[in-house]
Amino acid sequence: MSTTNSPDLEAVVRAVLRELGVAGTEASGGPAGPGGAATAGAPSSGDLVIDLPDPTLPEARRALGVVDPVDPEGLRNLCATTTARLGVGRAGPRPRTASLLLFQADHGVTQDAIYGEVPEDVKARFDLFTVRTRAADRAEYLLRPDLGRLLSDEARATVAERCVHGPDVQICVGDGLSAAAIENNLADIYPVIVQGLRSAGLSIGTPFFIENCRVGVMNDVNRVVDAKLVLLLIGERPGLGIADAMSAYMGFHPEPGKTDAERDLICMITTHGGTNPLEAGAFVVDLVRKTLQHGASGVRLRELTATTS
Amino acid sequence: MLLRTKLFGETHEFADVKEVLAKANEEKSGDQQAGIAARSAAERVAARLVLAEIPLGVIRQNPAVPYDEDEVTRVIDDAVNETVFGEITGWTVGDFREWLLADTTTGDMIRRVSTALTGEMVAGVTKLMSNLDLIHAAGKIRVSAHCQNTIGLPGTLASRNQPNHPTDSVDGIRATIYEGLAYGSGDRVIGINPSDDSVGSVSRLLEMTYDVIQRWQIPTQNCLLAHVTTQMEAMRRGAPVGLVFQSLAGSQKAMEAFGVSVAMMDEAYAMAQKYCWTAGPNYMYFETGQGTALSADAHYGADQLVMEARIYGMAKRWKPFQVNTVVGFIGPEYLYDSVQITRAGLEDHFMGKLTGISMGCDACYTNHAKATQNDIENLAVLLSAAGCNYFMGVPMGDDAMLSYQCTSYHDAPSLRQTLGLRPLPEFEGWMEDLGLIKDGRLTARAGDASFFLQR
Repeated sequence: MSTTNSPDLEAVVRAVLRELGVAGTEASGGPAGPGGAATAGAPSSGDLVIDLPDPTLPEARRALGVVDPVDPEGLRNLCATTTARLGVGRAGPRPRTASLLLFQADHGVTQDAIYGEVPEDVKARFDLFTVRTRAADRAEYLLRPDLGRLLSDEARATVAERCVHGPDVQICVGDGLSAAAIENNLADIYPVIVQGLRSAGLSIGTPFFIENCRVGVMNDVNRVVDAKLVLLLIGERPGLGIADAMSAYMGFHPEPGKTDAERDLICMITTHGGTNPLEAGAFVVDLVRKTLQHGASGVRLRELTATTS
Repeated sequence: MLLRTKLFGETHEFADVKEVLAKANEEKSGDQQAGIAARSAAERVAARLVLAEIPLGVIRQNPAVPYDEDEVTRVIDDAVNETVFGEITGWTVGDFREWLLADTTTGDMIRRVSTALTGEMVAGVTKLMSNLDLIHAAGKIRVSAHCQNTIGLPGTLASRNQPNHPTDSVDGIRATIYEGLAYGSGDRVIGINPSDDSVGSVSRLLEMTYDVIQRWQIPTQNCLLAHVTTQMEAMRRGAPVGLVFQSLAGSQKAMEAFGVSVAMMDEAYAMAQKYCWTAGPNYMYFETGQGTALSADAHYGADQLVMEARIYGMAKRWKPFQVNTVVGFIGPEYLYDSVQITRAGLEDHFMGKLTGISMGCDACYTNHAKATQNDIENLAVLLSAAGCNYFMGVPMGDDAMLSYQCTSYHDAPSLRQTLGLRPLPEFEGWMEDLGLIKDGRLTARAGDASFFLQR
C-alpha cells in the first residue's frame, strides 16, 4: 500500500502496461493514452499514481507476450482458437510478470467464489424444491463425499411425498462444487431438456434441487422415485477463470452400487469456452432417448451402439 | 498373530497386518474418511514400530484383498520371482528400508529385488520413509523405456504436451501443441484428454496429432486419453495410435468402476503391439492416483497408499512406456492440502520406481484443495531431484478442459535449466536442429508457437 517508488513495483507496472499495449509506459509521467488508463510516475517525482486497467478483460487477456514472433498475425490466430493461455511468452524459461499475475488473479477469484450458494429464485423459476444430502455443511461436504451421495432422512421423506413415482425421466439439479454453474446455466439448459423430452413423448418426474450434492446421489434418489433414467445437472469443480461449468450425468435405472462406468456424461457446459447450455440440452435429450431405446447407459450403451452403428 | 508395542508406557495393539499398514500411513484425509487412519500421532508411530518388525514374507501372505477374490492380487502375486523372493522373505520392513538406503545398494540391485515385491511390501516400506528418504532412494533407481524415443535415462526430464481443449477443437488443440513444442514440451508424448469420448472424435484427434508429428518429424508418440475401449475401436478402424492409455485402480472392483478388467487390458496390450504405428516395445500409458479405490468403495479397508502400490504392481504386467500419478487431481477429501499432496507425490514416484515401472507425476491440484501453484512447483523440484521421468506441460499450468492446475509449459525448461537436466535425447536433437535449444537452454526462437506455422 506504499506510494514509494519500489523498483520491483515499477517493473511490474511497466510489464503490465507493455502487455496491454498502453502508450506512455516508460515512466514518462504523462497521461497514459485513451481513457487515462494508467500512469506510472517518474522515479524522481513524489506523486506516484498507479491506476491500472482490468487485466481480466477479454482484450487484455488476448495481449501477446511473445517478443518478436515469427508470424505475429499467425500467432494471434493460433491464440484465438482456444481458451488456453497461449502466446504468453517468457522471461528466461519462466512466465512473464503479467501472465503470472493474471494466473494468480484467476486462482484467487475461484478461491473466493467456491463456497457460493444457488439463489432461491433460480430454483423457483422451475419449481424446484430443495432437499439436502447427509453432509451437514460445506466443510463436511468437501471432506466426506460419501455423505454427499446419500439423501438425508428428511430429504428421503420429502422426495417420497412430493415426487411422481416411476417416471421415464427424473431430473435433479445439484450444487456440486459450483453454485455459479447452476445459477448461470440452468435457465438455458433446463427448458431445452424439458421441451425435448416432452416432444419425445417421455414422462418427466417431479424435479428438485439437492444441496451439498455428489453425482452418486443419483443411486439413492432412484431408490425413492424408481425412474427409468435419472438425469442430474450438477456444478463441476471450478477451473481457473471458468467457475461456472455444469455437468449432465445420465444413468439408466441407477441403484446402489452403480458407478460412473454405467453413466453417461456431458461435461464443461458453460458459455465461457465450453459447450453452450442450449446445445448441451439437445445432446442430453439425444442421449436420454438412446439410453431408453437400448435400455443401457455408460460403457454398456457404447458397446451396444458401436455394434449397431 | 500378535502385533503390539509399548510407546511412552502405553500399549498399542493392532488386529492384523492391514490395520498396521493403514495406521502407519502418513496423515491423509482419504484414510480418515475411510475411518482407518491412526487416531493419534502416537498411534501412527506405534504402528510404524510394529510394521518395521514384520517380515516381508508375512506381508505377502496378507494382501489387501484375498488372492481368491481379486484378480489384481492374483496378477501381482503370480508375477513374483520366487527365487529372489526366497532371498528376502525373512527381511523385516525396517531391514528393507535400510537396505534400500545403504550406499552399497545400487539401482541394479534394487531392480532385481523389484521382481519379488508385491504392492503391500512396496507400500509398507514407503510408510517407514521420510520425504528425503523417498527422494534419495528413488534417485538411485532408473527405469527406462522405449516407444518412438527413450524415456528415463539419467540426466533427462521429459514433458507431456497436454493440449486439452474444452470442446476438442482440432485447431485449438493443434495451436496448443505448437505452443508446447516451442518450449520443449512433448518429448514424452503429445497426449490429449478428450472431452468427447466417441470413436469419431478421438480418431480425428489421433489423425491430427499424427500429422503434426510426421510433418515436423518429431521423435515422439501421440496418445488420446479416452476409455481404452474407445481407443481399441479406433485402432480397429485404422486410426494412428502411438500409445494406448487407461486409468487403473488397485482392486478388481475398483477396476470395474473404471469399466476395465485385467482381461480387457490384456486385449488392449495385444492390440497395441499389433496396431500402434510406433516402434515400441513399450506401448502403454497408465494413470493412477491415491484414493481412487476408496472413491469407488473398493478399498477393502486398506489405506490409499497400499491400494496405489497395487496398481503399480499390476501395471508392470503390460510393460508401460510411462505411468504417472495424477497426484492432486482427486481433491481434498483424499489429499487435503499441499503437505499431503507433496507427500503423496513423493510416495507414488518412489513406489512406482521400486516396483520397476517408468514413473512420472502430474504434480497438480484442484481449486477446492488447500494448495497453490507454488506448492506444485515445489513438488516438481523435489521430484526432479528424485529422478522423476516426466511432468505435464499445460499452457501456464491451467488446463482449459479438466478444470485443474498442473505444471506449465514453462516448468520443464525451468527445471532442466535449474537442475542441469535435458529433454529426451532424440527430442533434444530435434530441437537443436530447429534451433529451439542450444547447450540445454532455450534459444531466442523458443516460446513462439508461430514458429510452427512455417511448414
